[in-house]
Amino acid sequence: MPGQLKIHVDPDKCQGHARCKALAPELFQLDEYGNAHEDGDGVVPAGLEDKAYLARANCPEFAIEVTET
Amino acid sequence: MSDTESLPQHPPVTDWIHDFDHTDPRWTENPFPIWDELRAASPVVHTDRFLGCYLPTTYEAVREIAHDTEHFSSRRVIVRDERPELQKQNAAPPITSDPPDHKPAKQLLLPPFTPDAMTKLEPRVRAICNELIDGFIADGGCDAAARYTKHIPVRTIAHMLGIPEADSDLFIGWIHAILELGIKNVAVLIQAMQEMSTYFAGHIEARRNNPTDDLISYLMNARDKNGQPLDDTHVIGSLRLILVAGIDTTWSAIGASLWHLARTPADRKRLIAEPGLMPTAVEELLRAYSPVTMAREVMQETVVSGCPVKPGNMVLLSFPAANRDPAVFPDADKVVLDRKENRHAAFGLGIHRCIGSNLARMEMTVALEEWLKRIPQFRLDPAGQVTWSQGTVRGPRQLPLLF
Repeated sequence: MPGQLKIHVDPDKCQGHARCKALAPELFQLDEYGNAHEDGDGVVPAGLEDKAYLARANCPEFAIEVTET
Repeated sequence: MSDTESLPQHPPVTDWIHDFDHTDPRWTENPFPIWDELRAASPVVHTDRFLGCYLPTTYEAVREIAHDTEHFSSRRVIVRDERPELQKQNAAPPITSDPPDHKPAKQLLLPPFTPDAMTKLEPRVRAICNELIDGFIADGGCDAAARYTKHIPVRTIAHMLGIPEADSDLFIGWIHAILELGIKNVAVLIQAMQEMSTYFAGHIEARRNNPTDDLISYLMNARDKNGQPLDDTHVIGSLRLILVAGIDTTWSAIGASLWHLARTPADRKRLIAEPGLMPTAVEELLRAYSPVTMAREVMQETVVSGCPVKPGNMVLLSFPAANRDPAVFPDADKVVLDRKENRHAAFGLGIHRCIGSNLARMEMTVALEEWLKRIPQFRLDPAGQVTWSQGTVRGPRQLPLLF
């Protein structure tokens, strides 16, 4: 299916700013230290594409990748 | 007027590019045009003051240094006139730690500061804000720095640590000594550090047989990577860090936000009309009025954004200047409450990202929400004077408002 998005948080870059969790709570989870990872397999449900890009655009560590699958 | 006037005075700056001084009254009052001038000159500038110090002026240069823990050490995180000898009892892990000690020290402190933990704390902060507002709302005006913004973080942190909120004035005195007076007077700095250590040692002692449900007991029960309890020096250092880092900073951010809203009625009205905008607005206010400038010490010669950097110098790591870089933030000098793309560095970049960032955001949000709910109309008192703190943390210390 063209246009389906997948997100991934690079754990080596993430420093736990948690901006992604605030902007797109459906797409990200935080661990006990507050560091982020993508929810589930990272596939972005339809309708949440803008939030995925918004989270990427606000990550101060450039830790979020958004790819088309 | 202020006690900083009795400190050794620095000669006035006549050449910002080659002789900058972040304690100069003009920098304290309005640093933004100075940063623009420096940024236009070079991504990294230098001064012989403070025994030699660099200032990265662009977002990219600040980011490079923040990420480079090989050439830049955090063992000194404040630029001062002197460099007192490093002593273990004065360290404040993890902010003064470098790899490999940094990560385990930081991981110990992170769990109590996650967004979920902050949600649990939020009702207490809302109550503090309303208690404070009750005290002055009938007066038609107040110094919001002295009556409101100053008390919110200190009482919140006291609540988290499990120490009396009534001791707030004591904490504020120490913080002023460490962050402002201590830049030019080492004796004042050392005395404040010793008093804080003695204060916390007493609270640790009291908990040995009577553990409590607070951050002090949490740290006393924490185990290091080898499964051993932390020694008291580490616990006291971390407690000092939480107190110093968590109070002036958020006090400044809340104050600068109220200052902005007092003089920008359009933004104030918009925030009241669109409360859903608050999270984005808080990030933008953090960007535009970032309170905290950190420091690093150059350990090895290197190059930053094409500029040579030599050991023996400090670095004034100005996250606030990075956040005004027009190459990264269009209309950088304009507050855009709904700014969509905002990778601001107010809480630092890299491994030293502020541990209390989720706490600060929550406190700012709650403090602005409660203020706007109860005092939707306010403006600067034209008969009063706004003053700003000097040095490492910038925010209003007098904020006379009418409402």
